[in-house]
Amino acid sequence: MLEQAKEIEYSEEPVKAETGKSDQEPSLFQRFKKTLYTHRQSYILLAPFFILFFLFTVLPVITSIIISFTYFNMLEFPSFIGWDNYARLFLEDDIFLIALKNTILFAAVTGPVSYIACFVFAWLINEFPAKLRAFMTLIFFAPSISGNVFFIWLIIFSGDAYGYANGFLMRIGLIYEPIQWLQDPTYIMPVIMLVQLWLSLGTSFLAFIAGLQTIDQTLFEAGAIDGIQNRWQELWYITLPSMRPQLLFGAVIQITTSFAVAEVSMELAGFPSVQYAAHTIVTHLIDYGSIRFEMGYASAIATILFLMMMTTNLVVQKLLRKVGG
Amino acid sequence: MPFRLFRVKKRVNRSWYVTFLLFLILSLFGAFMALPLVYAINNAFKPLDEIFLFPPRFFVRNPTINNFIDLFNLMSDSWVPFTRYVFNTFFITFVGTAGHIIFAAMAAYPLAKHRFPGSNVIFNVIVLSLMFSPHVTQIPNYITMSFLGWVDTYWAIIIPSFAFSLGLYLMKQFMEEIPDSLLEAARIDGASEYKIFWTVVMPIVKPAWLTLMILLFQQLWGTDGGQFIYSEELKTMNFAMGQILQGGIARAGAAAAVALVLMSVPITVFLFSQASIIQTMSTSGMKD
Repeated sequence: MLEQAKEIEYSEEPVKAETGKSDQEPSLFQRFKKTLYTHRQSYILLAPFFILFFLFTVLPVITSIIISFTYFNMLEFPSFIGWDNYARLFLEDDIFLIALKNTILFAAVTGPVSYIACFVFAWLINEFPAKLRAFMTLIFFAPSISGNVFFIWLIIFSGDAYGYANGFLMRIGLIYEPIQWLQDPTYIMPVIMLVQLWLSLGTSFLAFIAGLQTIDQTLFEAGAIDGIQNRWQELWYITLPSMRPQLLFGAVIQITTSFAVAEVSMELAGFPSVQYAAHTIVTHLIDYGSIRFEMGYASAIATILFLMMMTTNLVVQKLLRKVGG
Repeated sequence: MPFRLFRVKKRVNRSWYVTFLLFLILSLFGAFMALPLVYAINNAFKPLDEIFLFPPRFFVRNPTINNFIDLFNLMSDSWVPFTRYVFNTFFITFVGTAGHIIFAAMAAYPLAKHRFPGSNVIFNVIVLSLMFSPHVTQIPNYITMSFLGWVDTYWAIIIPSFAFSLGLYLMKQFMEEIPDSLLEAARIDGASEYKIFWTVVMPIVKPAWLTLMILLFQQLWGTDGGQFIYSEELKTMNFAMGQILQGGIARAGAAAAVALVLMSVPITVFLFSQASIIQTMSTSGMKD
């Protein structure tokens, strides 16, 4: 209704603007101006967020790709050097290759495991009455919002006998001398994966819990009449298909997080870690971007990280949409 | 209908022994999740001799608040008092969260409820931006910040958080559930879109405010200033905790005390907003 009123209001304007040419089609610019004016309220509401989003997210992705083809140290004007940064990354930088391997390993383990854990725990929690459900949700979600309280794992995995993990293992007689959890390259990765998984029941976990609670209950009743016999069949034939939108959303969040392991690694294993055992693409990026100020090289690292995250996300989205589609 | 009531109480296709088994599994993993937090709470109240007890004991015997007193003594010796770190963390979190909720809601309203050229493109770009982490953009952002002169100010942390895309995404999905008839009624009464947004839409999406708040807590409460903040008096509580931990095992008590302070605020916020957050997250799905 209101839209019609608006149309009338604006329809006079072009005529006024183009005196003498009113029989011609309005030019592209005039049509653009008219659209802008018609929807001005929408654009004004959108503007503050979108300007900041463009400035701090869209534009940086583009500039990062451009800078990655230059040598840039923040002091001199960047100079174009073609593919040199990328060649150096893959052919000369052995530490980058370690970081790449670690990142892929982290993503391949913590990505799927945390995604499945989010769903399984959300589903298990949903099997119980509301009070217990709220309590369990709090317990499982708490680590991911507690700030950087994963520091506490530093005390648990402390390398001496006062560390809780060592103390416990020594008391039950499994080991006789303390293990250097965060200094011994064989243990660093598993410990960080464990902490990363502990932190990973975040946004997607809540999305799954919410998704489970909003499934139409009559579907289950109808299913029971149609011959579904136990909760496993119910899960497979009713619950999972009904939750597809949440499952797609959760996948994006978990994949993105699993590629971005850095803070946990830096706080627990040190920066750099012993023999680069916990070095990831993001810590490599921080090394070159915030310490050595080789902005061109760091941008090349960032671009590779961007491509890895985007490809994985888009491929997984395609696959998940096919399942049951 | 009595039949329906019965169904709600006792769900179909459930055997009690499987339920019991599932409860055991859930409790086991719940214990794993809670253990470090319980450990942090216990350690915060342990006297020094219990922290250094060998073999280490999990639960506290003689609780004391000495660790908190230690913490304040420790931090009052340093030239930036601990309260300054607390203020910095609170300031960054609250300004960032408030600004984000207002900006994201303003942008979500036209995206959810108006049809205008470019709306689909903009929303698709927002969804795509969920697919990479902020680390990707950190180099150009540092250059932008130094160009704007925001390096070593709160704004380098606060302003980008206003345009955090996950918040807009969730807000927009939630707003789509608002019935159009409600907005139409307001339009007939002659309200402008800005007025509709502020007086009709904003109050309805209160559950989403709380959700965005928790999400930004995740981002801002735990920040240590990263590469943007150098001045000691602008550093956050989280950074202070890192400093204390550098002291090694000797500072374990004070570190546990900070950990307790750090984790209690977001957990309390979640405790009171859980129902609203679940309500918002139910609309979070990605449609085909």
